[in-house]
Amino acid sequence: MSYSTQLMMVLPELVLSLGAILLMLVAAWGGQQATKLVSWAAIAVLIGAGIALAGPASAGGEAFGGLYRPDMFGAVAKAMIFFAAAVSILIAPRFFQTSSGDDLRPEYPVLILLSAAGMGMMVSAGDLMSLYVGLELQSLAAYVLASFMRRDTRSAEAGLKYFVLGSLASGILLYGISLVYGFSGTTLFAGIADAYAGERSMGLLFGLVFVFAGLAFKISAVPFHMWTPDVYEGAPTPVTAFFASAPKVAAVALATRVAIEAMGPAIADWRQIVIFAALASIIFGAVAAIGQTNIKRLLAYSSINNVGFALIGLAAGGEAGVSSVLYYMAIYVVMTLGSFLVVLQMRGADGQPIESIASLAGMSRTRPGLALALAIFMFSLAGIPPLLGFFAKLQVFVAAVDSGLFVFAAVGAAASAIGAYYYLKIVKTMYFDEPAPAFAGKTDPVEGVLLVLAAAVISPLGWPLLGYLEVFTASAAKALF
Amino acid sequence: MIQILAFYLFAAVVVASAAMTILARNPVHSVLWLILAFFNAAGLMVIAGAEFIAMLLVIVYVGAVAVLFLFVVMMLNIDFAELRAGVMRYAAIGVALAVALAAEIVIAVGAWSAGGLELGRRIAPIDESVPNIEAVGQLLYTRYLFVFEAAGLVLLVAMIGAIVLTHRQRSDVRPQNISRQINRRSKDATRNMNPAVGQGVEL
Repeated sequence: MSYSTQLMMVLPELVLSLGAILLMLVAAWGGQQATKLVSWAAIAVLIGAGIALAGPASAGGEAFGGLYRPDMFGAVAKAMIFFAAAVSILIAPRFFQTSSGDDLRPEYPVLILLSAAGMGMMVSAGDLMSLYVGLELQSLAAYVLASFMRRDTRSAEAGLKYFVLGSLASGILLYGISLVYGFSGTTLFAGIADAYAGERSMGLLFGLVFVFAGLAFKISAVPFHMWTPDVYEGAPTPVTAFFASAPKVAAVALATRVAIEAMGPAIADWRQIVIFAALASIIFGAVAAIGQTNIKRLLAYSSINNVGFALIGLAAGGEAGVSSVLYYMAIYVVMTLGSFLVVLQMRGADGQPIESIASLAGMSRTRPGLALALAIFMFSLAGIPPLLGFFAKLQVFVAAVDSGLFVFAAVGAAASAIGAYYYLKIVKTMYFDEPAPAFAGKTDPVEGVLLVLAAAVISPLGWPLLGYLEVFTASAAKALF
Repeated sequence: MIQILAFYLFAAVVVASAAMTILARNPVHSVLWLILAFFNAAGLMVIAGAEFIAMLLVIVYVGAVAVLFLFVVMMLNIDFAELRAGVMRYAAIGVALAVALAAEIVIAVGAWSAGGLELGRRIAPIDESVPNIEAVGQLLYTRYLFVFEAAGLVLLVAMIGAIVLTHRQRSDVRPQNISRQINRRSKDATRNMNPAVGQGVEL
């Protein structure tokens, strides 16, 4: 295969990396004044990378001797990632202006771009090495973003915690990778699948367990979720919105690809791990969220809970299971970004962000539009029809039932009722409690448009989109088999 | 014969300088002994036919890591006498660690001689006729070019991150402006005057 065809296959990552490097130069010379230009240019780069997905980047085959798989699965996951990354750039400037006093520095969009390039590598990895390098590229940029408000002690704490625990997770993952390589003799997913299909040694099994443990850390599935609430609470809100959306999609898609492509023949072994992680995440995420008083911590537990549901689809395995994972993540991204957009509007009279759930009291009377939007997101996250969150949950449960995991699906559905409790508690606080002081400040036009769009997509108005989503996720799932 | 002589020479110096690293009273001397140990370990690697690792040892460990150690040791004001006072208190843990490491070495050698590691399927079997620097380079710049370039991006992120998190614009310092210094000509700095007698000094 000629070199230029291979470069065309990695075009999305190429656009992102070159764009990031160029914008870094602009940022270095332009300084603080260049932030606006760099932000919009970064969004243009993300859109360009998204358009590049339509070319050879989603046509199938392999590039660089199997290191990179330009297939539909990666393309669908990347579309979600690039979208979430662009939204995270759009919502940042106002937050930094009002809460930290100084404007957003131009490195923020650049780091998001580099992180997106890493996530692109992750979801298209066909080899343990590109998997690991992509993961590190994404994580390293994320550590810096978490402590981006360096004068804020909580932000610095979040960055340090994320870095230490993320490094530990990378260590666990690398240990698993080295075991898999040692006992299968190759780092290519196809070769590893051959090794798992044959006689399985103890080392391969240990490698599988460690690889899944490392990946569970990255998707913050129970029992490897400890870092999530602290990091989500401490990081600046736009960065938290980013963490809860793009890297989550990337890590879930990566786990799916590793499970199916590399360890597909060992499904009986990893299914136990995934089922345990899924149920533990759903139940723990729901129970621990009940006592929370901080909205960002609550959304962190909500993300743990939601990853559990996505893992139900993975445990189901097969084409239906994989497509339900992507289906779930697509709707989850919109719901989560919408919820964080509402959190961004919570500001006191002095312009400082407020994060307590109590401050939402009576919002239906002080800010009816905002209250309605948050209510839509909460009902949807709870999985109540006719909102889209219901269809997402339905899809993963149908996949689980179809593959014969009746008990598992039943327990998961029952546990989702626990989760509904704390989502509905927020709605109750907004609509039935005595009004707290109203949030100050008007909604930024860009954020307002995004908020209305997200709420509209999640409401029954978004039903026509479900058909397209189903077509895309189904063809994505086909690429893995 | 000469190889055996060289091996014993390098090995003896490695062991001796490693011992001196932990025995030297002055921490700066410790780092210097460490550098000597690295150099001789590099010599051992050359004898073993791993010239690439030898180069790495010299360039990375001697050139960067050891110098970094030296900087840290010289810049931090650590009272080593005080640190040393605790050595006997933790001797038991130290001995336990040493025993664990020794046991691991024995087990690893046992496992190695028992065979069982399946390396037949590896994609890059070693060609004896190609020097290993060339072999590494060939893989790095062809087959693994993609991850190699991505590793470069990881380093770029690390650099941007370090600058973002630590660099701050300070108004109270007067930084050196090299281009202004170079552009300054003698006619900007001196004036040619011809004052009348008794009026040469302006007060």
